[in-house]
Amino acid sequence: MDTVQLTIDNKPLVVKKGATILEAAKSIGVHIPTLCHMKLDDMNIENKPGGCRVCVVEVEGRRNLAPACCTEVAEGMVVHSHSIRAINARRTVVELILSDHPADCLICAKSGNCELQDMAHHLGIREIHYKGEQSTYREDTSPAIIRDVDKCIMCRRCEMMCNEVQTVGVLSAINRGFNSVVSPAFEMNLDHSVCTYCGQCVAVCPTGALTEVNQTNNVVRALSDPAKTVIVQTAPAVRAALGEEFGMEPGTLVTGKLVSALRSLGFDKVFDTDFAADLTIMEEGTELLNRLTKFLEGDKDVQLPILTSCCPAWVKFFEHQFPQLKDIPSTARSPQQMFGSIAKTYFAEKMGIKREDLVVVSIMPCVAKKYECGRDEFKVDGNPDVDYALTTRELASLIKLANINFSRLSNEDFDQPLGESTGAGVIFGTTGGVIEAAVRTAYELYTKKPLPKIDFNELRGMEGIRQATIDFDGFPINIGIAHGLGNARELLKRIEEGESNFHAIEIMSCPGGCIGGGGQPYHHGNVDILKKRQMAIYQEDGNKKIRKSHENPYIIQLYEEFLGKPMSEKAHQLLHTEYFDRT
Amino acid sequence: MPKIKLAENTVQQIKEVCAEFGNKEGELINVLHKVQNKLGYLPAEVQEVIARELKTSVAKVYGVVTFYSFFTMIPKGEFPISICMGTACYVRGAEQVLSEFKRQLKVEVGESTDDGKFSLNCLRCVGACGLAPVVMVGEKVFGRVAPTQVVNIIKEYREGCASENAKSA
Ligand code: SF4
Ligand code: SF4
Ligand code: SF4
Ligand code: FES
Repeated sequence: MDTVQLTIDNKPLVVKKGATILEAAKSIGVHIPTLCHMKLDDMNIENKPGGCRVCVVEVEGRRNLAPACCTEVAEGMVVHSHSIRAINARRTVVELILSDHPADCLICAKSGNCELQDMAHHLGIREIHYKGEQSTYREDTSPAIIRDVDKCIMCRRCEMMCNEVQTVGVLSAINRGFNSVVSPAFEMNLDHSVCTYCGQCVAVCPTGALTEVNQTNNVVRALSDPAKTVIVQTAPAVRAALGEEFGMEPGTLVTGKLVSALRSLGFDKVFDTDFAADLTIMEEGTELLNRLTKFLEGDKDVQLPILTSCCPAWVKFFEHQFPQLKDIPSTARSPQQMFGSIAKTYFAEKMGIKREDLVVVSIMPCVAKKYECGRDEFKVDGNPDVDYALTTRELASLIKLANINFSRLSNEDFDQPLGESTGAGVIFGTTGGVIEAAVRTAYELYTKKPLPKIDFNELRGMEGIRQATIDFDGFPINIGIAHGLGNARELLKRIEEGESNFHAIEIMSCPGGCIGGGGQPYHHGNVDILKKRQMAIYQEDGNKKIRKSHENPYIIQLYEEFLGKPMSEKAHQLLHTEYFDRT
Repeated sequence: MPKIKLAENTVQQIKEVCAEFGNKEGELINVLHKVQNKLGYLPAEVQEVIARELKTSVAKVYGVVTFYSFFTMIPKGEFPISICMGTACYVRGAEQVLSEFKRQLKVEVGESTDDGKFSLNCLRCVGACGLAPVVMVGEKVFGRVAPTQVVNIIKEYREGCASENAKSA
């Protein structure tokens, strides 16, 4: 028999054998509170240490209370999710956690989004009956992430993300008992570790123990400096998620409102990273074709497959973990950095603004972008191409700060010339999108024929590793896609072992791609949110008149006026980069 | 943390131990145990080699090393001092003896003095309960130690009149 009958809160139900009490309760709409447990359905991501015991329920005939998140249902089980015993136990657990937790909620970066705060509220805790010692650890600040482990409740979600999903292995539980925390080896700072700054630990931390470095004040200061021209770029995934911060349904596209909000904030020009994504495709697509042509001409030294390079966490990952493969990825910079580079040369010249007087801000779904824009190779005489990278969440807080009524904003258009983009640029925001965009362009450049169809459904989806073969007019191109660094590692191993026949591979560090980035509104473990964001991205692509990067008129103009052609010397200097062995 | 460079044959030794346990991640505790027996302690660089060999992360290795008080990252002193914290010793005042050692040597449990002469550690019951509280310096056992005797024990070793067999291997 593969179903089980049981009763939860006096309601009979039938569920799949092997389900947990938590899952069973959820299926009939009974909400059992959880803290350490987190599951991203369909993505193979689950944290189930059974550590916090907030989810305990009473099971008739059982002496001890059962943790619902890790107790399987059994035939005839009778469960009471809110008996007085269960409620008291839950409250005790939460009070104990709170007794060793700083009570600075009012000024905590996570306030309003903290699952511990919610839990205390949900359980109506008004007093903490336990007084004990409080741990005091030093704060660890890196270029992208702040660790304030006094706020760590040892749920170990970050550890699971960093080790099992990303296979980076920076974070681990250390020490014992009262002193135990999650930390890098030897309690070293994150910036001395192999951390990629993917921010997936930040994305799942229930409390304020892990947060991004907040740069909103720097941006406010720049905006109020009359000597500076401040321009902004926004990444594709931001428009598919920002609305959530203002109570809108996940998957609501807010592109037009986003542009008006940025304009109201006082940015002199509101541009689109999607423009730079189109530029990335021109460079990366050309690089792919060059390598392919050489390969077909019998050149044995040519590096195939080509790997995408637009995700900075992925770049740092292979620099640390696979330095021997550092000649395989495309040398194309990420869209964020291409934008910065073009803004501080082409655009600055056009407008007659001195480099030092131009401030470039980017709005990113990403935590790693903060680190990326600080890399030395993206600076000219110490002046960075991109000055500040804010997360989607930081932008939301700026909009609130400026009393902008987001939902009532009208829709506005991006400024030109760096605001025009195609559908290909938009889909950079989801897993599979970069390579689809590259295929759309590479196909037409290679075959010199128009695409029979623009949508490549075979490249879409949420599976961790995907592959497809695309017919380039008689020449089959093998494409691989991985999102999540553990999946990327898997593909890299296959390449190293010579088992792969891929020509091109797209890699994104975050599960789902940038829509699931570490800087996005918190999903609190709800995968549907990611799926809806993904649908929104494809919807925006479908709405676009132009859907292939090489048809973007402003991109064509940029090459004519400034860059020459893709992979030209100037393009190399401004749009390409090199990688370093960081072992 | 100052970096030390491991000698080639030390690295070799560590690798051999890992291989003995099939380079299995699940054998981490056994590997750490054996390596510490050979080297006396588990500095960061040693943990890095072990992590590499067992294909796990250094953070995980460090997590295990810091979880079990048996493991130490600090080299033992020339005269390792161990204080029994078993029940019998404890009720007969081992705690006070320990704090006296800490005070005199200016170290915490698990640390060594700057001159490398002494290191301080706690032990579970050593089975000499009749002599409680018990202090061991190297292999030599001191029984019924009172806090007032601590100063003499330290003096005995500092002045070099200690018996040779008290030295750690
Ligand atoms: S940012 Fe990514 S790599 Fe760094 S600690 Fe967090 S999960 Fe690990
Ligand atoms: S840092 Fe956050 S995610 Fe990690 S264990 Fe602590 S509370 Fe959980
Ligand atoms: S997948 Fe996107 S959001 Fe995530 S680290 Fe890479 S660039 Fe940033
Ligand atoms: S949520 Fe079930 S033990 Fe933490």
